[in-house]
Amino acid sequence: MTDTTAAFRFGFGLPLPEGAPTTPEAMMAALRGPDLAAQTHFGGGGMVELLPLMENMRLARIEYKKNPDKKGAGKAERRAVQATHAMATVFMRATIARAVDSPDGLRERLAAFWADHFTTVSRSKLDRALPGSLMEDAIRPNLTGRFAALLQAVTLHPAMLIYLDQVNSIGPTSTRGKRRGKGLNENLARELMELHTLGVGSAYTQADVREMAELLTGLTFVGDKGFAFDQSRVEPGPDQVLGVSYDGKGLDPIKAALTDLARHPDTVRHVSGKLATHFVADTPDAGLVEALVAAWQDSDGDLGMVTQALLTHPAVWQAPPAKARQPFEFLVAGLRALGISGADVVAMPDKEFTNYIAGRLRDMGQPWHGAGGPDGWPEAAEAWINPQRLASRITWAMEVPARLVDPLPDPRDFAARALGDRASEVLMVAAGRAESLREGVGLVLASPEFNRR
Amino acid sequence: MDRRFFLKGLGVMGCSAAAHPWMTTLTLAQGAPALGENRLVVIILRGAMDGLDVVQPRGDRDYAALRPSLSQPAAIDLDGFFALHPALGDLMPLWQAGELAFAHATSTPYRDKRSHFDGQDLLEAGTGMDVAPGAVRDGWLNRMLQGLPGVTAETAYAIGREAVPLLAGPAPVRNWTPEQRLTLSAQGRLLLEQVYHDDALFRDAAMEAFDLTEAGAARPKREAAEVAGLADIDRLVDFAAVRLVADTRIAAFSLAGWDTHKAQGRELSRSLTRLQRTILRMKDQLGPDVWGRTTVMAMTEFGRTARENGTQGTDHGTGGAMVMAGGAIRGGKVYGAWPGLSEAALYDRRDLMPTMDVRAFAAHAMQGLYGMDSGLLEATVFPGLQMGKSPGILL
Repeated sequence: MTDTTAAFRFGFGLPLPEGAPTTPEAMMAALRGPDLAAQTHFGGGGMVELLPLMENMRLARIEYKKNPDKKGAGKAERRAVQATHAMATVFMRATIARAVDSPDGLRERLAAFWADHFTTVSRSKLDRALPGSLMEDAIRPNLTGRFAALLQAVTLHPAMLIYLDQVNSIGPTSTRGKRRGKGLNENLARELMELHTLGVGSAYTQADVREMAELLTGLTFVGDKGFAFDQSRVEPGPDQVLGVSYDGKGLDPIKAALTDLARHPDTVRHVSGKLATHFVADTPDAGLVEALVAAWQDSDGDLGMVTQALLTHPAVWQAPPAKARQPFEFLVAGLRALGISGADVVAMPDKEFTNYIAGRLRDMGQPWHGAGGPDGWPEAAEAWINPQRLASRITWAMEVPARLVDPLPDPRDFAARALGDRASEVLMVAAGRAESLREGVGLVLASPEFNRR
Repeated sequence: MDRRFFLKGLGVMGCSAAAHPWMTTLTLAQGAPALGENRLVVIILRGAMDGLDVVQPRGDRDYAALRPSLSQPAAIDLDGFFALHPALGDLMPLWQAGELAFAHATSTPYRDKRSHFDGQDLLEAGTGMDVAPGAVRDGWLNRMLQGLPGVTAETAYAIGREAVPLLAGPAPVRNWTPEQRLTLSAQGRLLLEQVYHDDALFRDAAMEAFDLTEAGAARPKREAAEVAGLADIDRLVDFAAVRLVADTRIAAFSLAGWDTHKAQGRELSRSLTRLQRTILRMKDQLGPDVWGRTTVMAMTEFGRTARENGTQGTDHGTGGAMVMAGGAIRGGKVYGAWPGLSEAALYDRRDLMPTMDVRAFAAHAMQGLYGMDSGLLEATVFPGLQMGKSPGILL
């Protein structure tokens, strides 16, 4: 067990921020304690702040569509759109800043893991900042709670209800469905089972998906209120999901079904396997997955206990660093190794932030909150290290540091600082032979040692 | 069987060494490019191209009234009924040579919601409305590759910085954008090769990247910059052409800029100029032999309203047009059954009525080019599609 392994496997690499824990006990203590980085950097972006901005935007658009020629209507609409965009940008910068600075890197990595497990993507100007609000409202508060609580918070959040079309799902024989001739949308019900809980290929059928979709009717989003339960959309009658009948008024039967899904053995295995895959190896050690499953079952899905089981399993500390850092991790680790602080990221002019960070994330294949679908980002190293994406990493490594740091460090010192005992002899020699500081530093950042964890 | 579970299983099937029941007529010599000599280029026109303005039904008695301003500029007669938008005028020699065709009143199965995002999802997934948007994770062009033996990463290229979900999936596909730079000093490159030497993943990816960027840099710059605003198109097409002449058989990329809600006269011309350049440059760069074996299909997520709106533009609609080019097609023809533009003939009393699924054209092309079995095209590549009788788009 080494500090380097802790830093790479469960954080954003070296150098470790001051006060960063490196033993499993200390890491767990930090994770269970207060979120200190949220006090230094913007810790908002939830629906409380977002809702009024979205509602302003919606009203301004209606006004503009009704009276496109009215003086100022277009301007008001643009201003409202910009306010929501500004929120999304502030959130993105803060997320990077928190990852760069936080001694509690595990918290940031877990937040990213769950945000990916429960992927949401904005599909219009109106919901640009929604994926961030999901992370803030539903994910961060539940990192060490029960999986059932996390699942419920995510499933009932406007970001998810909008992204997976639950807001368009209406019971065909509900009051509203009969009046308007509208019907079910199974998108959330399906992804809930396939991606969020049981996993693809597990023992649910299309009939279960349909019944789940009927059960979920009523969940919706209202512009001035946020999350809402609308009885007039509810498909009447009991719904039979995985052999259990759910019936009753309001949210209770939905919550009961979510709790059952959260506890299902297929869910436990699916999500435990994903955790091990994300943090340790594309094909994780079977014993590690079993240990996570056991911890899950012994604690009724307490994610703190599951995380602890992950941190304390010997395989985690022995497995070679064979995974590829995802572009977000790569950039955060690069900024940190270069000595750029979270405050620097927050203060960076927009153009530079786009040119050096946001645009590069896209080039490396991971546009911010821009996964291709609800299944989120791929895990396999081959998905990230292909000719185009590796060329983007090398280009960042060779070009951007010199624009952010003056003077650049000696490449050998930089290798030791960024890689600790991981810098290979070959890399140290190569870094020393580079014809410029710029290329020497670039070699370190482009190296397999820096890009694998 | 539930369709989605079937689709999920396909990736596994495609990767197995089991016999490929898909291939009915094509037998491949060992080492030959998997798909033979035929090339297929698919262009996704993002933003919903207005088929009614690109291929104008001048012979339809309702057309002029629906489009008072958009019908004003002169169009080029194609067949006495349809006329071509003037911004595609330089393609007329191809039309006359039988290397340009259109399909009209065509669309995906997407209906009613008219969202770009969902419409493109459906177009690229190749599914019908019975499958939730985003529910099928691979694109139809990738599912075609999953069924072909001997496909290597070089067989298919997704080109450009933007994701091309059409080609995404378990079958190996290369992604590259000619905009990609990889500038290192000679010494820097040498050192990087040393650093990557023992890590095959990094080493192979980097070598490939160096090769690709060098191939790009070797092209004369002057030529690419000749036409203002089209240099990016030239770079893209030139890159595609180099690969297609070599071992690549499938290329896919997208062209944006078709969402013409206002000032369509100007906006659409700009996008059509880019499409026209793409086709002409492709023909030129491929050379006569390869162009003769090439089918280009440019398709969009949906058409636009039959009536022009109050800002000399059009809004999201349903039926639209597809553009086909290449020496392998039977051109000089507008394919599809024309439904008419009378109010009763319109879809939802507002849009051109689709009379043929755009997927059927693609499926017939795949069958003609690669000998794929129609049962598998209908069940797996385009689940739920009824291909119907061949429209005869290929020579």
